[in-house]
Amino acid sequence: MDITFDHVSYTYQAGTPFSGLGLKDISTTIKGGAYTAIIGHTGSGKSTLLQHLNALIKPTSGTVTIGDFTITSETSNKNLRPLRQKVGMVFQFAENQLFEQTVAQDIAFGPKNFGVPEKDALALAAKMMPLVGLPEALLERSPFDLSGGQMRRVAIAGVLAMQPEVLVLDEPTAGLDPAGRQEMMQMFNRLHQESGLTIVLVTHQMDDVADYADNVLVMQNGELVRQGTPAEVFADPDWLRQHSLGLPKTAVMAEKLAAKGFQFDPLPLTAGALADQLLPQIGGDARE
Amino acid sequence: MAEAITIDHLNFHYPDADHPTLKDISLTVHQGEWVAIIGHNGSGKSTLAKNINGLLAPDSGTVVVGGLTLAEDTVWDIRAKVGIVFQNPDNQFVGATVADDVAFGLENRGVPRPEMLVRVRDALEAVGMSEFATREPARLSGGQKQRVAIAGIVAQRPDIIILDEATSMLDPAGRAEIVALIQKLRADTDLTVLSITHDIDEAAKANRVILLNDGEIREAGTPDEIFAYGPELIKLGLDVPYPEKLKAALAARGVKVPATYLSEEGLVDYLWTLHSTM
Repeated sequence: MDITFDHVSYTYQAGTPFSGLGLKDISTTIKGGAYTAIIGHTGSGKSTLLQHLNALIKPTSGTVTIGDFTITSETSNKNLRPLRQKVGMVFQFAENQLFEQTVAQDIAFGPKNFGVPEKDALALAAKMMPLVGLPEALLERSPFDLSGGQMRRVAIAGVLAMQPEVLVLDEPTAGLDPAGRQEMMQMFNRLHQESGLTIVLVTHQMDDVADYADNVLVMQNGELVRQGTPAEVFADPDWLRQHSLGLPKTAVMAEKLAAKGFQFDPLPLTAGALADQLLPQIGGDARE
Repeated sequence: MAEAITIDHLNFHYPDADHPTLKDISLTVHQGEWVAIIGHNGSGKSTLAKNINGLLAPDSGTVVVGGLTLAEDTVWDIRAKVGIVFQNPDNQFVGATVADDVAFGLENRGVPRPEMLVRVRDALEAVGMSEFATREPARLSGGQKQRVAIAGIVAQRPDIIILDEATSMLDPAGRAEIVALIQKLRADTDLTVLSITHDIDEAAKANRVILLNDGEIREAGTPDEIFAYGPELIKLGLDVPYPEKLKAALAARGVKVPATYLSEEGLVDYLWTLHSTM
């Protein structure tokens, strides 16, 4: 299921003295089955763009096409329910949305809302636990007795239980320790690889972009200023710095090495790629 | 060097918890030092911070801050010496404008208005936010919000500032902004900084790193000493600094790399010597 933006603009509080431009003339396609990263500094329009992915907000002008759905400023909120099921959103600090008595009930809440009978919804909840790396023994516990990382996994299981085709993640690892972050990123990647889930990830972690994304959208002041593969977007470090965006750590290291006289083509984005390119430039005596 | 914080055999457990959160912590932080506390989620880092300014009281052991032993009758004096900046800037704003927000803590302490105005002005200048004095805090960027939160603490002229994952919700530019600000404040004053962080590259800039694991001090030392543990850190739920990752990738390809910790610059120089031998 592709998501296509055709000349989409969005104005906040349109028609009031407080109006402000949220998105400006965005045209792009997020391909079904792809892993897309959206980067841009705070206030660049990333979250506004995300909310268009399942019509939580509708364009002021232009069209968003999500599979069979066409969303314009005129689209009525009626009949959007199937769309919300197809595009699952995991917001920042998703654990704040937990509210049920048990983990099982919390995960089953979404599917029940979409008409799945209670018994089937609970069975679905149990099926989601291994997907997010939680033991089934936790199903009958209160979600509030779990650790922060576990609570976030329950919230993500609740979104996955609606069996979406697209999973939208807004800084899903914020506040987790490095090991927790890595586990969670690997979990999303597994879902992407094994179930063909389309992933849209908003992140400030350029290393995650380099490691996982097929495609990158760069937002600035409500505009889509660049798009391409990570290699294409990170190929221009000066431009990224001018736009207050970071680089993967490997790219920074490669620049320092290049300043000394090493040569890289293309700019490596992961430690392994950098080591591969360094190898032929290092004297034979250094090898073991 | 004077001692800013001395913690002696501190134990703490939360009510209803079946195991202690902090176990026999002893630690000294010197005046003017920048100490980073690292450790996995749930290792007790934030609990330790709350024990230092009396938001939590230990089961046993003592905390001495600036010569005062933490107790019911000293807790307010100690809180005047210790400012904490928390993770989420949006949870710590009360003022309608940036200047009001910075003034809030001073009003609470009954600082006379003329002095308050001077302190607010100076604090906003120190964090580079003077031109935002009349703005609404909600409309600032994440990095700007944390700078205002830090100004609110700087205005109270504490001896110690605790950053409790204060950069973890910021974008890369915001993080760099806050680290640069802390470095500037330390250069200008004799501020003691305790930063609780998951960002290993931020911890690398501290004078000393303390590694907490399951409520105990596992290691303490200079960044070089701590980061030399390499892959061991990953087992403790942490990350290794970038140069260690590259060293591992090179070693896997049969390149000889030094076992000691190297900064990025150190590794660049080392690799350059190999390049030159071609």
